[in-house]
Amino acid sequence: MTEPDPNQHRAFERVWGNRPGWGALAAVNHTSIGLRFMGTGIFFFLVGGLLAMLIRTQIALPEQEIIGPETYNQLFTMHGTVMMFLFAIPVLEGLAIYMIPKMIGTRDLVFPRISSLGYYCYLFGGLIILSSLFLGIAPNSGWFMYTPLSSAEYAPGPGSDFWLLGITFVEISAMAAGIELTVSILRSRAPGMTLSKMPIFCWYILAMALMIVFGFPPLILGSILLELERAAGLPFFQVAGGGDPLLWQHLFWLFGHPEVYIIFLPAAGIVSTLIPVFAQRPLVGYRWIVLAIMITGFISFGLWVHHMFTVGIPQLAQAFFSAASMLVAVPTAIQVFAWLATLWVGKVIFSLPMLWVFGFLVVFVCGGLTGVMLALVPFNWQVHDTHFVVAHLHYVLVGGMFFPLMAGLYYWLPHLSGRMPSRNLGNWGFWLTFIGFNVTFLLMHLTGLLGMPRRVYTYESGMGWDGLNLLSSVGGFIMSAGIALIILDVVLHFRFGKPAPRNPWNADTLEWATRTPPSSYNFLSQPRIETRHPLWDRPDLPDTIAAGAHGLRDIGHGRREIYGTDAVHARLKEVIHLPTNSWWPLLSALALAVVCISLLIRTYPLALVALAVATGLLLRWSWENGAHPKAAPLGLQEPTDPPLHSRTCDGPGLWGMAVTLLADATLYLSLLFSWFYLWTVSPEWRLPEETPLALAPLVLCGLLLAAAVALYSRMTQRLRLGQDRNLLANTALVALLGVLHTAALIGVFAGADLRPTELAHDAVLMVMLFYLLFHSGLATVATGLQAWRVKLGYLSARLPYEPMVLKPFWMYTLGIFWLSVAVFLLLPMAWGSA
Amino acid sequence: MFVGLIALWWQAMRRDPGEISQEQVRRLQNRWILAGGLALPLGSIALILALGIPAGRNMLPLPPAGGDAMVIEVKAYQWGWRVTYPDQDIELTDELHIPTDTPVDIHLTTADVIHSFWVPRLAGKLDTIPGRTNVLRLEASRPGEYRGQCAEFCGIGHAHMSFTVTAHPPEEYEKWREKAQADD
Repeated sequence: MTEPDPNQHRAFERVWGNRPGWGALAAVNHTSIGLRFMGTGIFFFLVGGLLAMLIRTQIALPEQEIIGPETYNQLFTMHGTVMMFLFAIPVLEGLAIYMIPKMIGTRDLVFPRISSLGYYCYLFGGLIILSSLFLGIAPNSGWFMYTPLSSAEYAPGPGSDFWLLGITFVEISAMAAGIELTVSILRSRAPGMTLSKMPIFCWYILAMALMIVFGFPPLILGSILLELERAAGLPFFQVAGGGDPLLWQHLFWLFGHPEVYIIFLPAAGIVSTLIPVFAQRPLVGYRWIVLAIMITGFISFGLWVHHMFTVGIPQLAQAFFSAASMLVAVPTAIQVFAWLATLWVGKVIFSLPMLWVFGFLVVFVCGGLTGVMLALVPFNWQVHDTHFVVAHLHYVLVGGMFFPLMAGLYYWLPHLSGRMPSRNLGNWGFWLTFIGFNVTFLLMHLTGLLGMPRRVYTYESGMGWDGLNLLSSVGGFIMSAGIALIILDVVLHFRFGKPAPRNPWNADTLEWATRTPPSSYNFLSQPRIETRHPLWDRPDLPDTIAAGAHGLRDIGHGRREIYGTDAVHARLKEVIHLPTNSWWPLLSALALAVVCISLLIRTYPLALVALAVATGLLLRWSWENGAHPKAAPLGLQEPTDPPLHSRTCDGPGLWGMAVTLLADATLYLSLLFSWFYLWTVSPEWRLPEETPLALAPLVLCGLLLAAAVALYSRMTQRLRLGQDRNLLANTALVALLGVLHTAALIGVFAGADLRPTELAHDAVLMVMLFYLLFHSGLATVATGLQAWRVKLGYLSARLPYEPMVLKPFWMYTLGIFWLSVAVFLLLPMAWGSA
Repeated sequence: MFVGLIALWWQAMRRDPGEISQEQVRRLQNRWILAGGLALPLGSIALILALGIPAGRNMLPLPPAGGDAMVIEVKAYQWGWRVTYPDQDIELTDELHIPTDTPVDIHLTTADVIHSFWVPRLAGKLDTIPGRTNVLRLEASRPGEYRGQCAEFCGIGHAHMSFTVTAHPPEEYEKWREKAQADD
């Protein structure tokens, strides 16, 4: 095993390493951020587990009053919330953030500072939510927060606000990870690693990331609307004002069902990674599995209504969603049989990770079968909202996520510690957890079939539920003991584990070509990868990488550099220079946390100030980019073949913008969905007699916007051709047109005769106007800053990158403006006259 | 199915395949994935739906053969059930009385949040939604007292929001009805 030259190693560490001491908080490195995500997630897992123990204690025996109903309601709401939003998703994001760059043979993710921002948003948001529990004012309406139980009238305390604001704050981290992982996987794979040579885990993570991009916006919109209703009285979910409480359920489950697969897919990715390694054979049916992943992703967006079979939905719709729900069994079965076939043709090495994979199979298949049962509508009418559903969802989530995660933990432990886990303690941990889990939840199916509804803090004796509940509680405590053993095992292994040899499991993927524990830069030189199993086909890779035999081995320029390749064929396109350690993400997240807290305590002036500070910090952060002296100023020592990405017209920033706009468009579509839903379904929806917005000024406003966008896009076209005459004047003119347009929009808004607290119609219009205003304002400010950058020489024909990134945002702003005019104004007018 | 799958998996983990050519692997892959990954789940789904959809239809509040179903209005509130027999001057709390072998339509509404009306031994559950009326069909074939409860979490009193449905033979039901009207 060759170690890199110590001088080289030190030089790379100087550029790529974290700062010492407190400076580590400014770290942006994906290995550090990934570990922080996972560590924080495990902390929240223990909190959620503790809550579960309290719940099981309360209902172990009938008619107990250890915990009153108020506290009990807070406990189960927080248990679900913590496990879903603060454990399951962040831990998997953390795993992906840690693993993906190593697996695709690069040194970091493409937006490292965004990773850091995401982490801090997650940490602060999580702590804010958790604090409510200690203050005794935690949300208590169940983790899916059905209105009107969660509305101001029936939940007057701040509990729901903690949930809505805290979760939205945490979602920033999920969106950040989703966007960043998508772009990294598509644009920074090792040269030669075409999509079909990508490790299967990356396919799963790509699907997860895209599902986050499309799945989270409906929840974010729902949370914003509900918070507006609670804080300002806009009646989106109140029948009296023309709203509808069922709109919340649609928005929530539009997110909530894909979310199950957002959790399941990465976990299945772990299984698909481990099985070939322990069978020592390539995965059978790689293409089938890729297909299955994509089908799962698509179908999962068409299932949300199966959570709502008992609200009185038309029969035909129920039959459709029932069939669609069952269809999701097909891609899952494809994966299960591909895994089976791989094991069948390989000679399996039985080890601790494989034991967890086996546990996964047993538990998950059970959960899948009860899932098919639940998809059957008449059966669902019977057991919906009983303990049967509780048992089912724990089989799917614990089986489908926790068991594979533990398999992955034991598999990758040597990677992050450089030591091997023990066998004995680990086995005990597995069996206790496995037995405890099944005792708890297998019996719970029966309790549910015997008619015990979920979320009751107590029950009468003699219903046939007593013994089962007691056994379930005992099982719960056995499972906790198992988890305690696992934690003990992991902690001890850091101290007493045998040092791990390089690539201890003889794996095929590139993460095992790094040092263990990994260095900050992963690979001293970046290899070309021409095979799906690099370490099996070229076992000398770790040595040649460390010896500097491949690309990007120069570090004298002091930049963090990685290869940028094209999305499908991974042909080398550019050298991406990444930003280094920075305080901006932490400071921005702190400012956003102040916004969140001041909204919670309803101190709106403070919220406005904090919002202004956060905006300022984010813009200041964006300033250190491209040719800025702190990033990559124009100089002699820069590569030309391939060039630095900020000298091109197509870099990761453009892709980041495109994916962000996809998420943004999903948010907008959710708003359109709400609009049409309320219009057509809400029982007391009313259109005002006359449209409250003045059409003529609005058209003028839109023409100004169209002029700005036309000018901007002509300017970018000329930049693409290498012409930058009048660049400063043009940019400034676009900014000026943007100012005029935004001012006109504010004028229309101010002159509008809106009664948003009385009519859901006007409330939706108001949200739409704020949405337009946000986009117009942001595009204008960004263009103004660009004009300034032209003046400073950061933007020119040699540096055409940044306008290329901003252009899609302008186009999007124009698109939503006219679409909004058509849908929110012209359509109701046409309807009214007809 | 479940046991078969686990047994197959266990066997796959234990067996030593010896040397296997690429060609054999490909044939195995196609056979297993087509049979297990496509045919098995699609066949099961078709079977379940073929049985399930008609079963679901039978539970719907379609007009019964002989005239209209009897109607009882139930308004859920935090935390109880207000029961009204339209045009009969009967109002009850947390209890329903129905004749046996007679289809009864329960018209469900709510005074506040979402609740769910559920008598496990008589029918599936149906939610009460603000601004809407949902209709649930009940039909008891045997006389007796059936326990019902709220199935959608609705706040502090949720655990204690239960009610009873008493099914009487038709003649006794008539007696009960006359008595109840007289009491009002």
